[in-house]
Amino acid sequence: MSFRRLTLATALAGVLAAPLVQAKDTGYIFVSSEKDNAVTVLDGKSYDVVKVIKTGKRARDMHFDAGHTRLYVVASDSGRVDVIDVAKLEVVDRIPVGEDPEMFALSADAGTLYVSSEEDSALTVVDAASKKIVRQIKVGGEPEGVLLTPDGKTAYVTSEVANMVSVVDVASGQSQAKIVVGNRPRRFALTPDGKELWVSNELGGSVSIVDTATHKVVATVKFEPKGFRADDVTPVGLTMSRDGKTVWVALGRANHVAAVDVAARKVSDYVLVGKRAWSVALDRSEARLFVANGLSDDVSVIDTATHKALRAIKTGRVPHTVAIDD
Amino acid sequence: MKRTLLLSLALLAALPAMARELNIGYLDLADDPRYDATRLERRFQGQPWGRPLAGAEVAVEESSFAAEALGLTLKLETAEADDADGLGAALDGLLAHGARFVLVDLPAPALAQLAAATRGRGVTLINVGASADALRGAQCQPHLLHTAASESMLADALGQYLVSRKWRKVLALVGPLPADRERMDAFARSAKRYGLKIVAERPFKLSNDPRERDLGNIGLLTAGEDYDAVYIADSDGEFARDAQFRTVLPRPVVGSAGLVADIWQWGWERNGAPQLNNRFRKSAKREMSGADWAAWVAVKGVVEASLRVADGDDAAVLRYLRGGEIIIDGFKGARLSFRAWDGQLRQPVFLGYGNGVAASAPVDGFLHPTNTLDTLGADERDSTCKF
Repeated sequence: MSFRRLTLATALAGVLAAPLVQAKDTGYIFVSSEKDNAVTVLDGKSYDVVKVIKTGKRARDMHFDAGHTRLYVVASDSGRVDVIDVAKLEVVDRIPVGEDPEMFALSADAGTLYVSSEEDSALTVVDAASKKIVRQIKVGGEPEGVLLTPDGKTAYVTSEVANMVSVVDVASGQSQAKIVVGNRPRRFALTPDGKELWVSNELGGSVSIVDTATHKVVATVKFEPKGFRADDVTPVGLTMSRDGKTVWVALGRANHVAAVDVAARKVSDYVLVGKRAWSVALDRSEARLFVANGLSDDVSVIDTATHKALRAIKTGRVPHTVAIDD
Repeated sequence: MKRTLLLSLALLAALPAMARELNIGYLDLADDPRYDATRLERRFQGQPWGRPLAGAEVAVEESSFAAEALGLTLKLETAEADDADGLGAALDGLLAHGARFVLVDLPAPALAQLAAATRGRGVTLINVGASADALRGAQCQPHLLHTAASESMLADALGQYLVSRKWRKVLALVGPLPADRERMDAFARSAKRYGLKIVAERPFKLSNDPRERDLGNIGLLTAGEDYDAVYIADSDGEFARDAQFRTVLPRPVVGSAGLVADIWQWGWERNGAPQLNNRFRKSAKREMSGADWAAWVAVKGVVEASLRVADGDDAAVLRYLRGGEIIIDGFKGARLSFRAWDGQLRQPVFLGYGNGVAASAPVDGFLHPTNTLDTLGADERDSTCKF
């Protein structure tokens, strides 16, 4: 029996034997695929495909609940978020979230979804239990990245068209501030102390660092990977290490990820990955960085200690987001 | 003047006293033959599918959130002259309403005249509808910008693509209009630049007259030579449309039909283009064509400059708009800006067909010392523009 089958069999056996026992640390790597309407599940060690889970149309952003029992997946063209049971590897629930959702944040209790709705130029707040839209907050054209602060009080949302970040007070639903950042802002990372918000600017080719107290851009990080021009640098995904020392930024068409020293606000290294490096995710030990490459239909695995690309894993068409259950 | 300042879109509610106003003008001609109803119905490739004002309106709408947040009131003021003689008065009307940036959608001769007459009057004209190279060359003006592509840019895009496919032998058919000649000349320059061989250049005429069969019959026109593609210079569009699939050799038609270089193609699926297409379709009830995109990006550029220049002084906005630092988001993946030497917007060009895009130029592998977008059209050293 191949390792792949064994894994699947083990998983199935677990489900059959004790359906109420929650899966924990399966090591599975989940990759959403925009063109396959599916999430591919990979084994965390062998990277073999464990299962392809059919979802709604155009699977994109994904988040686990706190206990990693469920994985929430946006299906943009179906206007909903599908909920995958991590133990069963099946879609067990569907939450309608309005037209053209793209990215989202999940509250700590998984009771509320904060969804960027391209069609409505709004942040849509959805109650997961009742599956009702609670409110919509206007945040400018083509909203994309959503970041909820760990205290759950503030949501940051980018508008790709307005070149702005909206700061939304979650309790009142009011936009407290709008911050002009670089061109076509996409996604966020927050320092562990909550004082600096890092915003990727896809067309600006940079990352804006926003002081969350004053709502001012205090610095801009530029990227110059060897052999690429400024125009090729289109940063989208970024993620911060838990110690707040390093930010990993996917540079899009420049086919690299950059490691940025947070304190120095300087690039410390570039690592070559696949075509149009887009989303990034660290595993729990932060030993490996996973990079979804949208135009080469694969995921690069980077050793964060040596900054070497370990391998490229074939995935579905146009991989969007990587989520790791470990 | 039929419809002078009839439409004044005040999209934003009253703002605090600090609020600045940005009035963007839009000027066109009532009897412009390009917008003849029966012509529009045919939706010729590479030609406008309606007044590009529709694109400007979408841009104002999508810019309103950012403008409002920064205390800027956006207005679009339109004026339409009955004929070319009325353009001066129509423009005066826009200036009286405070418009300092005016989108102009005019045939090339009328635009050249208007631009020459308005130099030094504190207005910046943005050409959204005329592709003539002369407007960027001998007739260029320091206050005239172009978001529409020049014939040279379109020809270079096609030239790059043909070379990249190794379709080097081209049979050229050229129509009787002066604009056809201009287009042919631009393509011949590109052919030379990229090493394409024009195996023959033959005149065509839209005619069923048996006495001039050699000019009107696509079979006769495409016989007797070996070629990889048939290039047709047809600014009217009807002949080129009907030439497809009727050539003697089974070869693609390119140029004015078939594979066409244009600055927008609604079939493009990347760089946020689908979102823009959706907004445009909802607003204008048709697909977005290149002219619509030119008007849309003109407004986007003026708004971007106005938002980034904090003091808002007209001259400072213009300096920023024309300077190399600006990043205009054209939803084509590249950072767009205006060329200092002739006021032309540097931008990717699509090689499109019916409902899709074969490639985006600059085609991979065509390089330039500073900006690959400047491989399309007149580069600094080729430019004949002297401000």
